[in-house]
Amino acid sequence: MNNEATQVLPRRTADVVSASLRRRHAAERRFRLYGLISIGAGILMLIILLVSIFGKGYRAFSQTYVGLDVHFDPAVVDPDGRRSQDALATADYDALLKRSLGELFPEVTERQDKRALHRLVSAGASYTVRDEVLAHPELVGGASRIWVAAGPDVDMLEKGYVDRDAAEAERRMKDRELAWVDKLKAEGRLERRFNVKFFTAGDSRDPEQAGIWGALMGSLYTVLVTLVLSLPIGVAAAIYLEEFAPRNHWVDFIEVNINNLAAVPSIVFGLLGLAVFINFFGVPRSSPLVGGLVLTLMTLPVIIIAARSALKAVPPSIREAAMGVGASPMQTVFHHVVPLAMPGMLTGAIIGMSRALGESAPLLMIGMVAFIVDIPHSVFDPATVLPVQIYLWADSPERGFVERTSAAILVLLAFLILMNGTAVYLRRRFERRW
Amino acid sequence: MTKSTLLFVLVLLCLVAYRFGCHRSMQVASGRIKNLHSLPGYYGFFVALWCGVPAVILLLCWLMFEGAVINHLVIASLPDELRNQPPEQLGLIINDVRNVVGGRETSTASPAIQQAATEYLRLRSLSDALLAALALSVAVIGGLIAGWRIQPLLRARNKVEGASMLFLIACSLVAIFTTVGIVFSVLFESIRFFQLVPITEFLFGTEWSPQMAIRADQVGSSGAFGAVPLFTGTLLISAIAMAVAVPIGLLSAIYLAEYATPRVRAIGKPLLEILAGVPTVVYGFFAALTVAPFVRDAAQALGLQASSESALAAGLVMGVMIIPFVSSLSDDFINAVPQSLRDGAYALGATQSETIRNVVIPAALPGIVGGILLAVSRAIGETMIVVMAAGLAANLTVNPLQAVTTVTTQIVTLLVGDQEFDSPKTLAAFALGLVLFLATLALNIIAMHIVRKYREQYE
Repeated sequence: MNNEATQVLPRRTADVVSASLRRRHAAERRFRLYGLISIGAGILMLIILLVSIFGKGYRAFSQTYVGLDVHFDPAVVDPDGRRSQDALATADYDALLKRSLGELFPEVTERQDKRALHRLVSAGASYTVRDEVLAHPELVGGASRIWVAAGPDVDMLEKGYVDRDAAEAERRMKDRELAWVDKLKAEGRLERRFNVKFFTAGDSRDPEQAGIWGALMGSLYTVLVTLVLSLPIGVAAAIYLEEFAPRNHWVDFIEVNINNLAAVPSIVFGLLGLAVFINFFGVPRSSPLVGGLVLTLMTLPVIIIAARSALKAVPPSIREAAMGVGASPMQTVFHHVVPLAMPGMLTGAIIGMSRALGESAPLLMIGMVAFIVDIPHSVFDPATVLPVQIYLWADSPERGFVERTSAAILVLLAFLILMNGTAVYLRRRFERRW
Repeated sequence: MTKSTLLFVLVLLCLVAYRFGCHRSMQVASGRIKNLHSLPGYYGFFVALWCGVPAVILLLCWLMFEGAVINHLVIASLPDELRNQPPEQLGLIINDVRNVVGGRETSTASPAIQQAATEYLRLRSLSDALLAALALSVAVIGGLIAGWRIQPLLRARNKVEGASMLFLIACSLVAIFTTVGIVFSVLFESIRFFQLVPITEFLFGTEWSPQMAIRADQVGSSGAFGAVPLFTGTLLISAIAMAVAVPIGLLSAIYLAEYATPRVRAIGKPLLEILAGVPTVVYGFFAALTVAPFVRDAAQALGLQASSESALAAGLVMGVMIIPFVSSLSDDFINAVPQSLRDGAYALGATQSETIRNVVIPAALPGIVGGILLAVSRAIGETMIVVMAAGLAANLTVNPLQAVTTVTTQIVTLLVGDQEFDSPKTLAAFALGLVLFLATLALNIIAMHIVRKYREQYE
């Protein structure tokens, strides 16, 4: 024993190091790998998120249409024979659609079967027929093939969401309905078209009638109010704090407040909006005005912080040169410093706006979750915004709303990418090294 | 004249005033700028300010009180049997009148309401006309007085700059007003809530069921406001989120800051930051529709019971959302560690990973801890993901496979929809908001303190 121990003792440090070197290098490689795996995991999550939403959503950009041979029976469309717009607008077009469906499938006689048959076309299909007649009054009396939106079940079947092999009791569409759809298809009466309605309609309870235009306009007005208020206020506050403010407790207090507001949970701003703007000042509920006010308070810290760092990046020599030729401090700032800091300020503003565009939690508090079909026309009209529309649709049980939710998300993401891309472009284009 | 037209006219008047000021200053200087104290433009601004500012202040004050005055006058004009009613009833009547005025329900309204609506419309147009007359005369008189005061020695630039400075200061005070507004709006409603429900029950009670009965004799009519299940739910989800975000975020930051080539860094960093730019409602949808069913199926495959809305699903997705937050903050602090420290470690024969673990991370630790605390406060305040994916059942559990509810979820469910404003149910949301505000405020202050106090200063 002793002998062996004395033999080990005189080992050189180099031996110890080289003995442990393999272990240490392995640890080095492992550590590196952990880092790579982490980044990979993060990026993988991003890819899964985007792919899953895109996979669910892209089909919503098309819509199945059914071609029906409608006979514009004057007795139904225009009973008093005067072709007046009023009479044409209020006629019972549902009856016409039912009749043409009945002609296509004469074997369907049972009441219940007939109801199922009528579900092949969308509940809003009669409006399509009405618009067609109003646009071409000469159709009355004749017959023509009209393409109307298919009902939600047919649309889902056409887009491959319905498993035809499942047992009949377990799927939404029964065998006879499948047979009807197959017959329509065989006759060339089914077509997938680009879903224009999705981009031009307001919200609806029927997925095939629902569109994002109302929410898009609501978002536009809300972000407009936010921009008009938060950009001047934020830039002015940043100018004061960075260029004119004395170093005292008051200014410190303002700065602490701004930093703190940047970290306050967004939903608390919603509570503020509810208590102060709606209950105290009586600003109309659900309006883009009140939404914009809340989002202004929320984005102000972001804009102020970005604008301050843009101002800080302007070198003092610019200021000294302006002062040297006799400019007042105010002239120095507004004529020389602010124009140079403008690209940085705008980048900050765009990032703030894109955050406001994607924000939804505080808007739930101030009533922007209301079900609103109309397209808002001013900042006082009740409206909803795109993220809240997504939230509302995500809650709807119908299968058709899932793809519409994903499609609306794709539209929202497209806007965000556009805005952030602009910010990156501005930064690259106007970046200056002093 | 409607208010928007009035505003437009005022803007036009200000432009006219500006031109007038410029013109008049040149006149009094007998056409030579060197006779003036300031440039002509400043005289223009001077007149425009005197023209616009008093009128706009008048407009704002008018807007603030107009509604109340009109309501009062309309009520006074009502027949006696309608007028002598408790305030809530009167509020409903005013609402009816407004609906008639807005053209929403003309058919069902009684003749008295119809008449009140006519009166309302008359008063409103009267008020608009009065406001327009007053505001325009104030604007014109202000502009004329200012124009009359213009003399070669008038220090117009100093006055205009003084006014601009006031504007700048006012804008920077908005942050303080916002904070005060937040504190007051949640504090007052919370005090009213704590008068109805004892604060001890709220903070320590373990039963949460805020339903209020419509009839007094209904089962569960009192409601239970013990918020402990909400606090545990919030903490559980935040803990899961941090368990995902901290290792991934920190290791990515280390790799990006220490190992990555500039090329990898230029691609990897913005890609990770996209995660922070995705709207939370999108994460919520993803959590509810993709991750939650996956978690449930995976748990069932392992023979575990899982509900379809689970804390795990919400926490995992929230963790993904927070990754870029942790990574970019840590990245900043790791980059701030000076190269000389690393070189010292290499000189002693340390490998790169040993240097990072034993030198760089300890040096950057205060900053990283501060960043993680900020991330925790973000997790606690996150709303949409938990609203869409965590469920509503107030379970007092630490099992991540069960549905839990959080503070923010409850605020949303309590306040979405129409509620009367004096029931404990609505007020509870404000009490929860107060707790949320205080908790995140405390975390932020601690984080800032740690960063400031323990941060190493290298020179």
